[in-house]
Amino acid sequence: MEPMAGEWTSAAHSMGTTIMAVEYNGGVILGADSRTTTGVYVANRASDKITQLTDNVYLCRSGSAADTQVVSDYVRYFLNQHTIQLGREATVKTAATLVKELAYQNKSFLQAGMIVAGWDKYDGGSVYAVPLGGTLLRLPFATGGSGSSYLYGFLDQAWRPQMSKDEAERFVVKSIALAIARDGASGGVVRTVTVNEHGVERNFFAGDKLPLFHEEIPPGRNSLLA
Amino acid sequence: MFSSAVSTTSAPNTRTSQPIVTGTTVLGIKYADGVMLAADTLASYGSLARYNDVRRIQKVGSSTLIGASGEISDFQSVLDILEGMTREDINLDDGYTRTPAEIHGYLRSVMYQRRNKGNPLWNQLLVAGYREKPFLGYVDLIGTAYEENFIATGFGAYLAIPIIRDRWRADLSEGEARALVEDCLRVMYYRDCRASNRIQIAKATGAGVSISEPYVISSDWETANFDIRHSTRGSDGSSW
Repeated sequence: MEPMAGEWTSAAHSMGTTIMAVEYNGGVILGADSRTTTGVYVANRASDKITQLTDNVYLCRSGSAADTQVVSDYVRYFLNQHTIQLGREATVKTAATLVKELAYQNKSFLQAGMIVAGWDKYDGGSVYAVPLGGTLLRLPFATGGSGSSYLYGFLDQAWRPQMSKDEAERFVVKSIALAIARDGASGGVVRTVTVNEHGVERNFFAGDKLPLFHEEIPPGRNSLLA
Repeated sequence: MFSSAVSTTSAPNTRTSQPIVTGTTVLGIKYADGVMLAADTLASYGSLARYNDVRRIQKVGSSTLIGASGEISDFQSVLDILEGMTREDINLDDGYTRTPAEIHGYLRSVMYQRRNKGNPLWNQLLVAGYREKPFLGYVDLIGTAYEENFIATGFGAYLAIPIIRDRWRADLSEGEARALVEDCLRVMYYRDCRASNRIQIAKATGAGVSISEPYVISSDWETANFDIRHSTRGSDGSSW
């Protein structure tokens, strides 16, 4: 018999997570699942793991929910001041470097795997990975979180450079849906954020409307009582 | 006078970090024209071959190369420090730039100091360059530092060094040096779980410093009779 206070009542909030960002022909698409867990309990089934840093730069968060929230708060604060002082919008590289700096200098305290992505007029769409340890890598696409383990084979085979916006978004949604199918720590809905020269667009893909894969049954008659 | 209602505990100071995103072997050999460094372009995440295009050999100034194995974020931090030094050389504009040997000596101090504070930069670095004569030096996370005619970090110390010892001469031509280093990296690819076949070769000579674009080395699975369909013997190349 499980005691009243299980391990999950005191476990840290972790975002099991699948996160992803892809550079496409004209901008970036960021995507994430929406499950936050404390142990095996789903503390929030509709979290938003894609956080705004500036008008043109967003952050995907995985790992400790608290750690990534604090890092993104600091970086948003620094970038806000930087933008005022600079007199124009911050670059994605600057935002990514700030995230890296916090992650690297506090590496023994943090458990945060992050992806910084956005659009600026100098480099167009850019994606930067900041994994555990605080390495900074600019990549054509990046994944993170526990669910990303299940995507390496798929992405090695299916990713192509210079996708169109719609192709890239479908690609992101399909990838995260695949990860949700196999990773217990990922689930819920798929959220996407598209950033390009025209601005920012958020999208939402409900959990029961995601593409279906092996052994998943399509919705039909939902109840034997109907 | 009064006791605090809440005990104040500061965060545990865990400094000796553990490497997370890592690179494997870097090789260095002196040859007729100068020094050559070689490494693959893989950064691993434990056993996962995570990032396939990581440049573990970089230029420092105009006459030095640095190659790193170990934690990539710490290597990036070392590169930042060195970039600051290079910028200083340029801005002082007094006709002098730091030599490869000076950079090696400086990194040695940095690495040893960090080791003494219990907060190492988790790397094994090769510093290579050419300033009147070739230079090849090693520095690592505990502050070990030495110069040699040929050096390998990580697994390469076990696999590649014996091969190099057999074939090295001070007057190796560039072609011979490249072949030697490629052969070593091929053995690394066969026998090191954390190696890849996508490599870079860099050289520092009197003419300057250059790093090749990454390319894929060949591998041989035929001659050792691994294909059991053609064999009456054991299925793994053995004779029984």
